[in-house]
Amino acid sequence: MNQHSTLTPTPAAIVIGASSGIGEAVARRLAREGYAVALVSRRAELLNRIAEQIKAGGGRAHVYPHDATNYAEAPTLFQTILRDLGRLDVVVYASGVMPAVDLSEFNFEKDKAMIDVNVLGAMAWLDQAAMALERLKRGSIVGISSVAGDRGRIGNPVYNASKAAFSTYLEALRNRLTRKGVHVLTVKPGFVDTEMLKGAKRTFWVISPDQAAADIYRAVKSRQQVIYTPARWGLMMLIIRHIPSFIFRRMSF
Amino acid sequence: MSFPSLDRLSLLENFGHSIGSPAYVYRPTHAEQIAELFEKASRHGLTVGLRGSGRSYGDAALNGGQIVLDICRMNRILDWNPETGVIKVEPGVTIQQLWQYTLEDGYWPPVVPGTMFPTLAGCLAMNIHGKNNCVAGTLGEHVLEFTALLPNGDTVTCTPETTPDLFYSIISGAGLLGVFTSITLRLKRIYSGNLWVHAWASPNLRTMIAEFEPLKTEVDYLVGWVDGTVGGSALGRGQVHTAQDLHEGDDAAPAQSLRVDYQVLPDTFFGLVPKSILWQFMLPFMNNAGAPLVNTGKYLSSRFLSHHHRFLQSLVAFNFLLDFIPNWEKAYGRGGLIQYQSFVPKETAADAFSEIIKLSLRRGLPNYLGVLKRHRPDKFLLTHAVDGFSMAMDYRVTNGNRVKLQKLCDELSEIVLQAGGRFYFAKDSTIRPEMAARYLGEDTLRRFSELKARCDPEGLLQTELYRRLFCSQNGSRES
Repeated sequence: MNQHSTLTPTPAAIVIGASSGIGEAVARRLAREGYAVALVSRRAELLNRIAEQIKAGGGRAHVYPHDATNYAEAPTLFQTILRDLGRLDVVVYASGVMPAVDLSEFNFEKDKAMIDVNVLGAMAWLDQAAMALERLKRGSIVGISSVAGDRGRIGNPVYNASKAAFSTYLEALRNRLTRKGVHVLTVKPGFVDTEMLKGAKRTFWVISPDQAAADIYRAVKSRQQVIYTPARWGLMMLIIRHIPSFIFRRMSF
Repeated sequence: MSFPSLDRLSLLENFGHSIGSPAYVYRPTHAEQIAELFEKASRHGLTVGLRGSGRSYGDAALNGGQIVLDICRMNRILDWNPETGVIKVEPGVTIQQLWQYTLEDGYWPPVVPGTMFPTLAGCLAMNIHGKNNCVAGTLGEHVLEFTALLPNGDTVTCTPETTPDLFYSIISGAGLLGVFTSITLRLKRIYSGNLWVHAWASPNLRTMIAEFEPLKTEVDYLVGWVDGTVGGSALGRGQVHTAQDLHEGDDAAPAQSLRVDYQVLPDTFFGLVPKSILWQFMLPFMNNAGAPLVNTGKYLSSRFLSHHHRFLQSLVAFNFLLDFIPNWEKAYGRGGLIQYQSFVPKETAADAFSEIIKLSLRRGLPNYLGVLKRHRPDKFLLTHAVDGFSMAMDYRVTNGNRVKLQKLCDELSEIVLQAGGRFYFAKDSTIRPEMAARYLGEDTLRRFSELKARCDPEGLLQTELYRRLFCSQNGSRES
């Protein structure tokens, strides 16, 4: 019996980028843990299906079709969601794009698309979340960044740059908000079996979105600051971060 | 500037710090600003919850994710006539402001709650009672006239004679029909700042209830403290306090005791401990091991040290016992507390309250402080009053016991409803919509929704309590 009452309130979460991949898995996980979830994404029909499944499982979900690059809409939509949820505990920014880029390709259109979604969209939403939660002196902000942000590599320079920007932004939010009682979690997934991974070459240690979501949920509960998922990427990136440039620039990944 | 501005967002809580939600808080100083806020809220698809000093124990002054209109800054005294004892005030005037303003002229509020911090608007929205309920009725019975701004745009002036429907529903209406903009009430003439108090120990709840009965018209104030931590033959043992006003001439120098400084509570306890930190000393005792010790100590001292003690006590010390320890509610720890208060007819009260104490003990959730009062019925629409008794019980809330406590309260409410009892919106945080429907009755609910449709056709005035109890489609019954 999961009968909610004033005394046993339902926690609430917003997941931006909830229609697929890690965002979807996190949204489902939060719903299963008893959260009321607001699902935000461009693709309304996918959101509706996820919401119906969550409701069929006894959870609470609301759907908000929204393009993360429509920055001007974020503040109003954020307040609409807050009204509908009635409270706010967790905000997850999981939207992200990674168009395929050839090794010799320099394509500003693709570059701009990545910055728009991975960086500016995140700022449009998480600025609102930060403003709201710092006033409430509670809650968690979660950013799905990437191991790709830890070094600039030959494969997709702007994807690396966008995730580095996002990770640094999250670190700065953490430094601003920890003293106000707000928790900020940076998530750095390795290879996760999502649409983004389709056509990617030379993948390894691939995990399912559900496994990533389990790690993320645990990190939210224990208020960790930065996690790699799967965790072994932590060691891997420690090594990679310390490869000197004279070697790294000769490497082929 | 966007509306509502995120700058306005803050986490509002119930008085017991056990329930909270974020809201955009607006603090108007004039009625025109309220009208403007209604208009803006309506345009943005938001509802407005009303809040005074935030002293409700439940969700009556919360409106998660939406607007909360805090009337505390509308706190001017508009008119005072010491000849007649009639005062006209703005809604945010507190009980404290009121008595401090009129005491030296020999007037005291006709009804006060156990704390002086609530606003008059809050007191009337809940139609509060005091320790003199069986003699003086509720505060609403002493209101001569009020003006209110309704969400439909009307400003109404209400009296019991000219507009009985609105008068008897906006008072007791939990802030769901309109906003008080001014309140005129008649105060009580007093001839001393002291009361004659008589205290004695009562060996169990049944004895206490029997002792109350003949006293209910004999004394001016009547209240019992109930120990909820023991069962058996001592179940509901406690201490009775009665108090009598002094008559004209009883006090040789009334001007002395009718001064505000005479009434003011001391800043230190035993002249040493600053009272602002007292709650921290209570902290270690507010648990299932410590509370029985404290209750037993209190009972034994009332039995052996102050049994049938008669003494003069100041009005403030007698009435506002809760205010002696500022922030006492923090002693309940991080999870806070809830209060469970039920009102049961005199015929069934002893059985119902005994059952309630027993069940709490059996479930491992004893209440740490119980208070018994005698009541009389009144004509207000959403009234909590009965010709009988109420018992208010404080329960500690922890993150681990919330589900268990809610379940216990569900069981207690069933006992109350079986006994023909009622609940009180200023205190309640646990009853379910079907329980509210059972005690209010179909007729009352229908009249309330008619009035709601008339005063507030858009449903602009809402609170979490309103959505919990009156809108079952989006209430708390999803499972």
